[in-house]
Amino acid sequence: MLILTCPYCGVAADETELAPGGEAHLTREGPGSDDDAFAGYLFHRENPKGVHFERWRHAMGCGKWFHAARCTVTLEVFGTYAAQVTEPPRAIRDAVSARRPGWRWRDLT
Amino acid sequence: MSEIATALGGARSDGLCTVCEVPPLGMIQIRADLGATAVRDAVAEGAGVAVPDVLRATTEQGRTLCWFSPDEVLLILPRGEAPSALSALAEAMEGHHHLAADVSDMRAVLRVEGRAVRDVLAKLTPADMAPGAFPPGSVRRTRLGQIAAAVRMVEDETVEILCFRSVARYAFDLMTEAAREGGAVGYFDREA
Repeated sequence: MLILTCPYCGVAADETELAPGGEAHLTREGPGSDDDAFAGYLFHRENPKGVHFERWRHAMGCGKWFHAARCTVTLEVFGTYAAQVTEPPRAIRDAVSARRPGWRWRDLT
Repeated sequence: MSEIATALGGARSDGLCTVCEVPPLGMIQIRADLGATAVRDAVAEGAGVAVPDVLRATTEQGRTLCWFSPDEVLLILPRGEAPSALSALAEAMEGHHHLAADVSDMRAVLRVEGRAVRDVLAKLTPADMAPGAFPPGSVRRTRLGQIAAAVRMVEDETVEILCFRSVARYAFDLMTEAAREGGAVGYFDREA
């Protein structure tokens, strides 16, 4: 069972209280973007075995979207952070580094 | 004026806990940036109740303000006071970006009373029902069986459940079933 702490209400929310929102930090390509960029936005995902960054929504609780950094193999949660960022904050990346030295996700390390 | 009907017509069941639907209440949804002090003060002034902390409810003179999310609180008050409270809020909140809507008919409220209330709820929700984690005055929006609901600890052995009116029957049946005689857990209520 995955338990994520909602950064907005501080509740350690059980998986059944949350709704998954897929991979985090996608750039939304809109009108005017070229086909490759749009296809990438639409279809291409990291789908990693290991460190991953995801969007989740505290659907049954405060209703807010937030981000989570976790390991897809062990379900270890490195941390959760607010939705209003375009990449994981330093503190979260440090927390991941402490547990998974040498991790890589897209161009983040 | 038509008669106000609650979702379940005041249904009631007795078991380990008493489950009953409360008579019609007034409810006003308030959405605003509660992180800003000026906005908080305006909400408190308009609602006539202090703005609660995260996951808490405050009650003053028959009115309760429940924390619902970082930008949402629910004002629960006697049904007849809703229209005047709405205009008081509009006046107090003027100049602040906000929404205040009369949602009195949107939700059903179940009152669950009894020594086993924490045990009964713990069967249905992932929320921590331990007295230390969920003392009286707490509010938690969570999952109850298959639906979303808000649980408010009113007193030590009294809980109010707010759910959407459309799922009121499900919530009532679920609570009744969980509180049926013979289903005592005896985890929080050691004397069971």
